[in-house]
Amino acid sequence: MKFIKYLLVGILFGVVLTKSEAVSWYRIYEMFHFQSFHMFGIIMTAVVVGVIGIQIFKRGKVKNIHGEPITIADKDKGFTNYFVGGLLFGLGWGLIGTCPGPIFILIGARFWGVGVILLGSLVGTYLYGLLRNKLPH
Amino acid sequence: MLLLIFFGKNFGMSSNLRTMCSIMGAGKTAEFFRFDWKAQRWNLTVVLGAMIGGWLAVTFLTDPNKAATVVLNPQTVTELHQLNIDEPNGKLLPDALTSAEALKDPKILAILLLGGVLVGFGTRYAGGCTSGHAISGLSNLQLPSLIAVIGFFIGGLIMSWLLLPLIF
Repeated sequence: MKFIKYLLVGILFGVVLTKSEAVSWYRIYEMFHFQSFHMFGIIMTAVVVGVIGIQIFKRGKVKNIHGEPITIADKDKGFTNYFVGGLLFGLGWGLIGTCPGPIFILIGARFWGVGVILLGSLVGTYLYGLLRNKLPH
Repeated sequence: MLLLIFFGKNFGMSSNLRTMCSIMGAGKTAEFFRFDWKAQRWNLTVVLGAMIGGWLAVTFLTDPNKAATVVLNPQTVTELHQLNIDEPNGKLLPDALTSAEALKDPKILAILLLGGVLVGFGTRYAGGCTSGHAISGLSNLQLPSLIAVIGFFIGGLIMSWLLLPLIF
């Protein structure tokens, strides 16, 4: 039963991203052509809420559900992996208009064609796992 | 994201792809997939929830006449016409990509597969996707996440402006 809260978070995430149309290929295309404020509004709102929330967590010494202080690990330092990886991700995002969250949400919403994208993304993840030691990070 | 941090976890969808590879036995061929995936079951539960959420949203929470869904900038619609991509008309995804008919076209299948590979490879190389970097990372004021997000946008702009017109 301890998983029920994660299920509820997921449901909330799925409903919000669908109803806000962030899962829509059209919205991503529109975003990259700067023809609407829609996606920028969603992302900026999420980040502003996130920044404020995390600052409250950190400064207010808020404890998490297990009663431990909240700590968030910093991302490892680096440039190449973030930039090149980001670039490849962006090429995919611009093409198929779905990032990993919406891939799952859309399959749930019975867009079965997105299963092909999921298959591709699993192959891509696997390829990274194979090539990891040969790539600059 | 804040809820998950409160639960002592973090918000990132793409790590589930790695978990799924591990479950399917990718650990046999690549060390990257040898980790205790059972510790990630909570995140797979979020995925299951997201799928249910998507289903709920389109099944019960959608305006039946759909007129208000995905109303695009008219300029965008004009451009899409030039690319031979159908306008939304209440749909979330273009028929040109995911209709049953489009899925019979090897070219469309290849596009979906290639896009998926790029997303899957890129997100692991960069160590996160829109949720892990753009939302979680930027919220925590992480420079690497900003670099990654700039990468996302440059990649997306190249695809959307230069490559999409060539592909379609």
